[in-house]
Amino acid sequence: MTTDSFYGEVLADHNLHPLHRHELTCATHCCKGLNPTCGDNIELHLDIHDGIIVNGSFTGIGCAISQASADIMLELIIGKTLDEAKRYTELFRKMISGLISDDELEELEEAGALQNVSKMPARVKCALLSWNTMEKLLDEDNDKQGGDAK
Amino acid sequence: MKMNNALMGKVNFPLFDKYKELVYLDNSATQQKPKRVLDALVRYYSEENANPLRGLYELSVKATQAYENARESVRRFIGAASTKEIVFTRNATESLNLIAFSWGQANIGEGDEILVSISEHHSNLLPWQLLAKQKGAKLKYLECDSSGKYTAQALEKALTPKTKLFAIAQISNVFGRLNPIKEFAEIAHKNGTLIVCDGAQSVPHIPVDVQRLDVDFLAFSGHKMLAPMGIGVLYAKQGLLEKMPPFLSGGEMIEYVTREDATYAELPHKFEAGTVNAGGAVGLAAAIDYINELGFDAIQKREDELTAYAFGEMKKIPHINIIGADDALDHHGILTFTVDGVHPHDIAAIFDADGIDIRAGHHCAQPLHQFLDVQSTARMSLAFYNDENDIKRFIATLSSIRRRMGYDN
Repeated sequence: MTTDSFYGEVLADHNLHPLHRHELTCATHCCKGLNPTCGDNIELHLDIHDGIIVNGSFTGIGCAISQASADIMLELIIGKTLDEAKRYTELFRKMISGLISDDELEELEEAGALQNVSKMPARVKCALLSWNTMEKLLDEDNDKQGGDAK
Repeated sequence: MKMNNALMGKVNFPLFDKYKELVYLDNSATQQKPKRVLDALVRYYSEENANPLRGLYELSVKATQAYENARESVRRFIGAASTKEIVFTRNATESLNLIAFSWGQANIGEGDEILVSISEHHSNLLPWQLLAKQKGAKLKYLECDSSGKYTAQALEKALTPKTKLFAIAQISNVFGRLNPIKEFAEIAHKNGTLIVCDGAQSVPHIPVDVQRLDVDFLAFSGHKMLAPMGIGVLYAKQGLLEKMPPFLSGGEMIEYVTREDATYAELPHKFEAGTVNAGGAVGLAAAIDYINELGFDAIQKREDELTAYAFGEMKKIPHINIIGADDALDHHGILTFTVDGVHPHDIAAIFDADGIDIRAGHHCAQPLHQFLDVQSTARMSLAFYNDENDIKRFIATLSSIRRRMGYDN
């Protein structure tokens, strides 16, 4: 990795070598997200059992920010409960809006590498694509399950 | 590459005085404005402004003269037979919509066919897609090869006795390729088909003569040719305009109105409802003067030299793919490209960080990107006021992109 990496090494690494970019045949949940301004899209696959995200992956096409954001998001939420995933989404949005505290930023771990997006208004949608898609997936699941995802 | 004309350089453009280090390479989206054009706007609003075509006082007469003189400038610029054939609009998009709503509603019926080139900008595609849906007509596409070339044979094959209209850009905003409009118009007319030519990317860069090309309609925007935003032109043959119903209705486009009915104003005012953009028209006339004084020979020579220089340097960089023709001179200042493994938004972001403005995305031509099987692309587009240093900086940044995205080469 070179030192003049444009988005920083964490993002470059997640973009070039994503851990979670693959199909997931065992997934119980799947949701598509689209960024209509640029045509980028993501398909999020989650394997949810007893309110816990046991496994997850993403596929689709997008810029480095959207790809790294998706990979980092999955890194954070795999093994967590649905409520924890929602809390991360809330914190991530706060960070992108430039409203996050230092303590909250620490909770977001590697996702903090995307903090600078709050200064790039044209790229906010790229960073949020995977998070919005997850929120949509969890909301739809909530509706279907009467508030109790299995 | 010596500049022999004082009008050629960036020094004539106030925006480049404010942003001295800016490399502006998004000229196909909109061009910067020379001081002369801005001065013409200020002069109109400081010395001649009143509501044109209405008032019976001297100032309104002056405003009317300024507006109508601008129409005459446009007529001469594109070689139209009469100023009755020059309708001022907001931009090329509005011009094309005017054709679809007015001519289209009256002339397209169920089962008719509209033929559109696959590389059209959405503005010369969606009005036809919408019209076809409303009327139960069929929208068909003329396809090109991977270099963006359309052939006469393919056009002849695509036309049927039901084809009422053929819509194509003279220069594609993605390929930059010049289409043989004169030949295509001849083929279309033999078939009894009208031809709509989108001149948004051609009129600013090459001499366009509507009578020589024999197009039925030509649309273009002022803002892509040094003029202000908000002024555009529709050229249409007088015989067609005479039979077309009004597009927008309201003030200034009428002759006589009663409670039940109205008769409409003479051409071209029938198609110019409401208070017109006289300031914009004056700005467009000043832009035309600027271009005429510079001369298309000089403009084309300069833009071709810069295109060839950029094209040659881009070809030397690994992992860069230029969309379209292999000959630089087929690009007319438009170089659309991809970088292996790097999304166009990241390409544009890196250029932006280096003070270079380029475009990224689908360039309002999604069906073309689907046809070429690319998600999106990046595009640099030139104007005569760009210089070698702009290209040098563009190439330097382009060479660094993969490294800055974390690739080893």
